[in-house]
Amino acid sequence: MPTFKPRDWGSHAPYIAPDYKSTVLRGPTRPLLPITSGLTEGTGPVFARAAIRNLDWDLTQNGRVNGDPIGERMVVHGRVMDCDGRPQPHILVEIWQANAAGRYVHKVDQHNAPLDPNFRGSGRCMTDENGHYRFYTIKPGAYPWGNHFNAWRPNHIHLSLFGPGFATRLVTQMYFPGDPLLELDPIFLGTPDAAARDRLISRFSIDKTEEGFALGYEFDIVLRGRFATPMED
Amino acid sequence: MRYGETPSQTVGPYFAYGLTAGQYGYDFTDIANGVIAGPAAKGEHIRITGQVFDGNNVPVNDAMIEIWQADANGHYAKDPVDVTSDGFRGLGRYGTGTDPQNRFVFDTVKPGVVADGGAPFVNVIVFMRGMLVHAFSRIYFSDDHALHGVDAVLQSVPADRRKTLIAERTETPTGIEYRFDIHMQGDRETVFFDV
Repeated sequence: MPTFKPRDWGSHAPYIAPDYKSTVLRGPTRPLLPITSGLTEGTGPVFARAAIRNLDWDLTQNGRVNGDPIGERMVVHGRVMDCDGRPQPHILVEIWQANAAGRYVHKVDQHNAPLDPNFRGSGRCMTDENGHYRFYTIKPGAYPWGNHFNAWRPNHIHLSLFGPGFATRLVTQMYFPGDPLLELDPIFLGTPDAAARDRLISRFSIDKTEEGFALGYEFDIVLRGRFATPMED
Repeated sequence: MRYGETPSQTVGPYFAYGLTAGQYGYDFTDIANGVIAGPAAKGEHIRITGQVFDGNNVPVNDAMIEIWQADANGHYAKDPVDVTSDGFRGLGRYGTGTDPQNRFVFDTVKPGVVADGGAPFVNVIVFMRGMLVHAFSRIYFSDDHALHGVDAVLQSVPADRRKTLIAERTETPTGIEYRFDIHMQGDRETVFFDV
């Protein structure tokens, strides 16, 4: 009996999405082979809350050297659940992003925009008992990339989650509402289904906005579902 | 109520200071690295290396490989992954951007056979810029030839593609190494599974 329900491929991009040029030589070309989801696929790494340090979830603080990072402070709230709406507790959420000017700390990023000495742009947190997570950060800037003439990535934050099993692994990107670059971005548009794409866009929330401190955004994440075990019914 | 899955998006070229910081020299802790089993782990200590080739047969310098495997007794870790442990950790993660040949390098122990039988293997996930969805594969070991015939997953793979899943064992002055190259495309395209 498989542990997890099949991946809903209708919610995902194909491996070869020609408008996103690097997929053409990097995506597998042959169909994935089916695999019986047995013992192995139901297992996966778990992480201890102790692996998260105090400031790992606060990107406005965890790269500080001699001051606060430049940019618009924001707080991201979200809930990790499976496709049946079950909250996913104790899930490791890793994040990384560009700074407010659209520049990554990564040495390979040669975009002519300033680094911020007080912003590294990476962190992690864990979901609580109810699947909620939260992190503070700076709103990332857009940046140009070489896919085509005048190509710019919309503002985004990268997220990486393991979920309850190795088979539920997810790496994704969170975007922002109303970004005019979204309809021009071959990575965002790589997901053919418009309703699925909308799930990549966070929601501005005045309720989550912290008075005098940070704008609130909500980004819920839905992982593959699990077949009920006889014990759970 | 049924909710739609959050679509997968590419890991992009700039994951290193978030996901593989120690390996690349960034000032951030790791939750996993190239050590899947430390020196105190029970079992046969091995190194698994390989390159990731694109459709032009060029090694990819910005891929990230993750491995999840059973210990030498065939048990998956149930305790939290501890990147400071000198024993068995179970999870490995390595980017191809630091080695001069763009190899991934994992130090581990050879896994035992898991409870549902077959041959020893490790689970692999490939991520990279240019992949909107990661890909799952498996590494089997060349010296387990006798068990490959009773491994249901390996036997489900067309015979002419099985060799793409088998790492070649070599004995080097520094220990036992298995070589496992990943070909994203072409005649030797690695088998990927719909896990």
